[in-house]
Amino acid sequence: MHELLLTFATKILKSKKIIGGENMAAKIKIKSKSDYYARERKAGYLFVLAPVLQFFIFALVPLLISLYAGFTDWSTIGKPSFTGIENFVKMTQDPHFWKALFNTAFMMIGIPIRLVLALMLALAMNRKIFGAKTFRVLYYIPVISSIAAISILWRWVYNGDYGLLNQVLSIVGVKGPNWLTNEATVKPAIIAMAVWQDLGMSMLLYLAGIQSIPKDYNEAAQIDGANTFQIFKNITVPMLKPVTFYMVITGIIGGSQMFIQQNLMTDNGGTNYSAATIVYYLWDKAFKQYQMGYACAVGWILAIIIFAVTYFQFKNSSNELFEE
Amino acid sequence: MVNNETKLKYTANTNRKLAGRRKKTRIINTIIFLALLAGSLVMIVPLVWMVSTSVKDKMQVFAMPPVWIPTNISWSKYSEIWEKGPLLSGIVNSLTIGVTVTVVGTFTSSLAAFAFAKLHFPHKNKLFLALLGTMMIPFAIIMIPQFIIFSKIGWVDSLLPLIVPGLFGNVGMIFFLRQYMQGIPTELIEAARLDGCSFFKIFYRIIFPLAGPAISAQIILWFMGCWNDYLGPAVYINTPEKMPIQLVIASFNSTYAIQTDYPLIMAAAVVSMLPILIVFIVFQKWIIESVAISGVKG
Repeated sequence: MHELLLTFATKILKSKKIIGGENMAAKIKIKSKSDYYARERKAGYLFVLAPVLQFFIFALVPLLISLYAGFTDWSTIGKPSFTGIENFVKMTQDPHFWKALFNTAFMMIGIPIRLVLALMLALAMNRKIFGAKTFRVLYYIPVISSIAAISILWRWVYNGDYGLLNQVLSIVGVKGPNWLTNEATVKPAIIAMAVWQDLGMSMLLYLAGIQSIPKDYNEAAQIDGANTFQIFKNITVPMLKPVTFYMVITGIIGGSQMFIQQNLMTDNGGTNYSAATIVYYLWDKAFKQYQMGYACAVGWILAIIIFAVTYFQFKNSSNELFEE
Repeated sequence: MVNNETKLKYTANTNRKLAGRRKKTRIINTIIFLALLAGSLVMIVPLVWMVSTSVKDKMQVFAMPPVWIPTNISWSKYSEIWEKGPLLSGIVNSLTIGVTVTVVGTFTSSLAAFAFAKLHFPHKNKLFLALLGTMMIPFAIIMIPQFIIFSKIGWVDSLLPLIVPGLFGNVGMIFFLRQYMQGIPTELIEAARLDGCSFFKIFYRIIFPLAGPAISAQIILWFMGCWNDYLGPAVYINTPEKMPIQLVIASFNSTYAIQTDYPLIMAAAVVSMLPILIVFIVFQKWIIESVAISGVKG
């Protein structure tokens, strides 16, 4: 069988003049078996050289520099001066740091909201609805829009006096607040916008997941007399666990680094620092106050938190993931 | 005993039940359709409002009750934006970054994907896992050292820090292409090798053409990512003429919001979104399929 495929493949390649006889541009003399493998090794390493270099130069080295910098006092101009754990102590004493952490954690509320909405949409799209393909495209348009344009747009939408949202609310007689300057509403407002932007993508992932569930499961359950809700609860949701897990993880990693929205939609992190996220705090320290060492320390705290949360998610789900 | 009469009655009953169920399904589907329609309006209305605001005159923006289709549609803002800010240079800069990075980066990424998918060399899997691991590193933590490195070599306030790293490849693309290339029959490669074809030739004559569809979808997604990038430019670029487009519209916002010239700001934002929107609508089938596949496999 293997030889058959080999002969067939050779025929295809010869007919396209990729290999064969005098048409070959390079005849490589293979002296021995080890020579053959050596060539493959060399080619392999050469081909992956670029991304590996990228890893070292733009990921590993900066990571190590950042680790060292966290223990120094460093403005861009001068040389870093070693200060031990002073940065970390300062951090715990800065109320803005704790506020930023709280705000960032608050933003995570958007994740379950988004997942529930996306799942409902995906289930709806899965039925044979007229125009489903068009809906898919329409729901995806916010996803491909740039965060900058969306933030600018929604800053205006949320405007207290003339924004779109309050205009719509005034139709039903409700006087909306100034969403972005009001401490209590700024975070939910940003969460709503983030969910709005991402919904199409999450819906798409769930839809793909639902469509990859073998239909036999549903049919078998129906024959056994299960109603739609039971099928949903006992087949659909468990079978979607990998997709849900993926979305939770990416949601945590992405959400904990939220910054652009806060940067463009609020001034100075919102009234009473009610909107600033941890990356906003980091950015401010690094590029506005030139405390690079301190900012790196904050960055590492963020990285550790992300790592810990992700690790626990893995631990939590791995029991189920490896059961099958 | 089942005779013909009973059979007919049974069929009639079943048909009635099926018809009832079908009617129920149709009612539910109609409700769902209306719900989806309402939802899609929520998705689109802010963007429509953005366009509508951009063609109003300054005072109509503040009219109450809100005006959706302005009485005098004024396209003047769309010619003003080219003078009021570095919009054209913004587009050129974004194009420069996007095209350079995707063209060169696709070459390096697909070459690496080929090696990871089909070639054998020691530590291959460890290297691949290391590359994947970079996706988990929060950008915030390497952003500062990268900035310091680039400022030491004098690349700050130029497009270079936004272009050069991307030339080395894109881990997401490598991951996706590797999956795809694993599906290419190894016999093709073996046959070529037996006849002495070099690995590089195998890549550009066999692998690259075969992976065409996957590569195209990934290029489009990557280009869109480059165009929409705000964080990178915000870190490195200060001079208005060197700003890529996202930074330009952000500066439009901060400069002209005080003058309450919202039509101008919105017009600039619309222009910044237009290329991506067109690309998306043209290629939406490819893009959506590519995203769906990577989500299920990943």
